[in-house]
Amino acid sequence: MARAAVLGRVTWRVAVVEEVREETATARTLGLRVAGWPGHDAGQHVDVRLTAPDGYTAVRSYSIASAAAGDLVELTVELVPDGEVSPYLTQVVAAGDRFEVRGPLGGWFVWRPGQQEAVQLIAGGSGVVPLMSIVRARATSGSAPARLLYSVRTPQSVFYLPELERREHADTGLEVTLAYTRAAPAGHSRPPGRVDAGLIGAATWPADRQPTCYVCGPTGFVESVAGLLVDAGHDPGRIRTERFGPSGGTS
Amino acid sequence: MGIISRGFSGRRRPGEEDLPPGQYLTEGFPVLSAGPTPRVPTAEWEFSVVNEAGEAQRWDWTAFRGLPAVDVTVDLHCVTRWSKLRTAWRGVSLDTLFADVETAADYALVHSYGGYTTNLPLEDLLDGQAWVAFDYEGEDLAPEHGGPARLLVPHLYLWKSAKWVRSITLSHDDVPGFWESAGYHNYGDPWREQRYWDE
Amino acid sequence: MSSESPSFLDGNAAAGPLREIFAVDLTAATGQCAGCGNRAVLARARLYARAPGLVVRCTECDGVLLRLVEGPRRTWLDLRGLTFIQVTTGP
Repeated sequence: MARAAVLGRVTWRVAVVEEVREETATARTLGLRVAGWPGHDAGQHVDVRLTAPDGYTAVRSYSIASAAAGDLVELTVELVPDGEVSPYLTQVVAAGDRFEVRGPLGGWFVWRPGQQEAVQLIAGGSGVVPLMSIVRARATSGSAPARLLYSVRTPQSVFYLPELERREHADTGLEVTLAYTRAAPAGHSRPPGRVDAGLIGAATWPADRQPTCYVCGPTGFVESVAGLLVDAGHDPGRIRTERFGPSGGTS
Repeated sequence: MGIISRGFSGRRRPGEEDLPPGQYLTEGFPVLSAGPTPRVPTAEWEFSVVNEAGEAQRWDWTAFRGLPAVDVTVDLHCVTRWSKLRTAWRGVSLDTLFADVETAADYALVHSYGGYTTNLPLEDLLDGQAWVAFDYEGEDLAPEHGGPARLLVPHLYLWKSAKWVRSITLSHDDVPGFWESAGYHNYGDPWREQRYWDE
Repeated sequence: MSSESPSFLDGNAAAGPLREIFAVDLTAATGQCAGCGNRAVLARARLYARAPGLVVRCTECDGVLLRLVEGPRRTWLDLRGLTFIQVTTGP
């Protein structure tokens, strides 16, 4: 909070696309260079503004996927059916293109290196994006033990899989559990299904560990998982949520 | 104006139609709401008109549906820039609802279930300009679009067409409603692009 | 566009427009609802963003805590739904 008070007015800055990477068939990571970027905390987001030649604008919020690194900011964007901004960001944008970002934003759904307690991250679909920034930030600066439960539809929907596998072995104290709702890989330990009390019990920190929990994904997912965590004995005050819209983004 | 992003044009298609300034055509019917969707069973629904002296006329659902209703086809213009043309509704004209209302007041404040309000001159509700609509495209009006019944005042921006309409109170004073007291224009004529209060 | 009832987001999605006006992140501040007295971090409140403006509502009573409209070159903010906002200014 004191850090936020030091910053001046936060308003629109130009972001230049430096790199575009496919994550899945429908999601891409955009590597942006934002001159004057003041750095950010893991879990924060930006607002993205696109302007058409006639002045028409569209604004959407996207979580930052990367840990702070100078003036580089990575966003992972998933294509939303009938979306207005995501089709542009996932299908049109190329290196060299420019748009505007406002941020970093959000002082509550954040993880900071000074946090000592265990961390429980629970992601639904594209909700993994801000949690990935937490995974990336804690690897370089923190050692609070972390568990990530990442629920996706199918194996083809997973973001960052090679990196998550690498970090699970290389980073200290990171455990990753993937759960599938529609189709699981052959031999997966659990048949496809939504996150339920059994999975919470098997794959997440028990309540007496008193972790800070970060839950992110579509609104219905967040409601359900937050309820399961409370049922499992977690203090609601230690559960932080970030709801994306019903389709998985703020549209 | 912000920097232009190469190749971005948004959802719009070039309109062959004559649209108010700054509007674009939409094919869907976006659902916008300032809060949770009220669920009002028709058995509990009531609509009233209250004049400046506090005298009220009320209709329950049965009485309301017993009034003469008309089919209208109107264009909708939302201040968030989407327009939807030739939408088909069935509803009761405000002229019918006001037939026995005695008033010398100039202003109306529309109240919705859930607390939403919007204001407009009484004369903009009359003379075939407004309806309380209960049917959209041949089906009962869905809750997310304002059902059981909503106000329809198509010559003004759609925020004036209050969903989940509950009552209209008349007054000598013009009392700004929910969006009119938060920066939006007091009248809201899309053809003069009256979006914000200082335009 | 789905036919579902519009859903809400968390208050933290309002951080951008609020951050344009305030020198601190208001979503991490605690507010008291003027309607029911409930106190909560604004990031936990319910944000209805599919509207002509942003509407933040109390999770207990659904009362409007704040309304924000971003127009061209100006923003309107109504905070009447909050009795107070508590902002941390020091460690």
